[in-house]
Amino acid sequence: MTAAPFITFAVLAAVAVASGLAMMLSQNSVYSALFLVINFTVVAVLFLVLGAPFIAMLQITVYAGAIMVLFIFVIMLLGGERLPAPQQRLRWQQSLAVVLVLALLALAGYVFAQGAAPAAVLADPQQYGSPAALGMLLFTKYLFPFEFTSLLLLVAMIGVVVLTAVEERRRRLPRASRRT
Amino acid sequence: MAWQEIGFIALEAAIKSILLAFVLLTAFAYMTFAERKVAALMQVRSGPNRVGPWGLLQPAADGVKALFKEEIVPAGADRFLFIAAPILVAVPALIIMAVIPLGPDTVLFGRPMRLAITDINVGTLYVLSVASVAVYGIVLAGWSSANKFSMMGGIRSTAQMVSYELALGLSFVGPIMLAGSLSLRDIVVAQQQSIWYVVLQPLGALLFFVAALAEVNRAPFDMPEAEQELTAGYFTEYSGMKFSLFFMGEYIKMIAVSALTATLFFGGYLGPMVEEYPLLGIVYLGGKTLAFLFVMIWIRLTLPRMRYDQLMAFGWKRMLPLALANVVITAVVLVLAQ
Repeated sequence: MTAAPFITFAVLAAVAVASGLAMMLSQNSVYSALFLVINFTVVAVLFLVLGAPFIAMLQITVYAGAIMVLFIFVIMLLGGERLPAPQQRLRWQQSLAVVLVLALLALAGYVFAQGAAPAAVLADPQQYGSPAALGMLLFTKYLFPFEFTSLLLLVAMIGVVVLTAVEERRRRLPRASRRT
Repeated sequence: MAWQEIGFIALEAAIKSILLAFVLLTAFAYMTFAERKVAALMQVRSGPNRVGPWGLLQPAADGVKALFKEEIVPAGADRFLFIAAPILVAVPALIIMAVIPLGPDTVLFGRPMRLAITDINVGTLYVLSVASVAVYGIVLAGWSSANKFSMMGGIRSTAQMVSYELALGLSFVGPIMLAGSLSLRDIVVAQQQSIWYVVLQPLGALLFFVAALAEVNRAPFDMPEAEQELTAGYFTEYSGMKFSLFFMGEYIKMIAVSALTATLFFGGYLGPMVEEYPLLGIVYLGGKTLAFLFVMIWIRLTLPRMRYDQLMAFGWKRMLPLALANVVITAVVLVLAQ
């Protein structure tokens, strides 16, 4: 690896970790959401560095552009910017988190020390992130997971429709019957 | 690659970017003037005519006025986001134009030159991702102002932009499938070989233009800033240059979506003699863009604002199914034609 890509990666990784930490530590949930947006954007740039512009743009459009906007929408609508005071947190949460993080770091360190071979080197890095290649993979090799995910999303969508329809019907009932 | 070559490429990109930003900012200033003049013409008034010949220096006077106004940050506002929000509105508007081709490749100053800042192979997706990020400035302006009118404007615009983004994205798919590429340059070149895509995709072009109007918060979709009910919506609390930045974002986005409509459906820079004189492409694209800008102003002066529930119902129950049907029909016809 030459110096330039490594420096790019190091800077991006540092920003990603810093924004991730800032998201966890921020007391204001609007700022937390914005730090998460920065994190998603940096990950998108990492995809660009890897030569996958299609995935990078999808990452920004879907995660930074759509999902996080909805997050902020809900936070603003419910007025939930301020987190509750610290004493309301679960008492054993922090110690458990420290243990789990240490376990994760130990595992990562173990894998790194083993010097695991990098995942199969790609034959043509120009092509593997292209929309055509991605679509081909989704409709051949990963057809089952792809269709299964869409089925899952469909079920979730029907669930939302049913739940809101019940709510609507209750609201439309005449006032007298609602009291009973 | 030699260092010298890298230097040249960087210099070329920098010059093109500065030039484009300068042109867009000037165009923004004169768009505000043009809108007032066209409105005056249609309502049989004179419009601004005091500053300079025919009032042509009005934008400069407005700019100076905005610069010298007092900048107020409300007491309850979130200071950092209140200042960041106008920047987040203006920057995405400026960078959308980077991928729109202004003419065929040419040779200028003895170097091969591409008449666009860049041509990335996922140009259409780049436009969509920048447009989807642009909503943050409006949302955060509404939230950070600590004002219920601003907040309502911010919430309305979030719901509106997220809803219409779907139809906007799907109406991109028609030209993408016809050209077989996500690059805007390839889409224009493909139209050169066949015909303007508005002929093949009339519904797609209409859906794109309507969704684009909603995306830039223009009438009849200007609910986020509905003056009569929300004073000025998300930028109620802004004053001076920050206020102007919101206007800048809106007008430059209007220019960008007009140029995009021309590029995707009306042949972009194509026109007679454009192969021989590539610089003519800029003139053709500019003319087409001006035509769509005029239509936008015309629509604003003609149509009343939609009610909010109608707006959402129109987005989800009319635009989205039509856009989906358009994609399916285009795909089926393309497969059958092969």
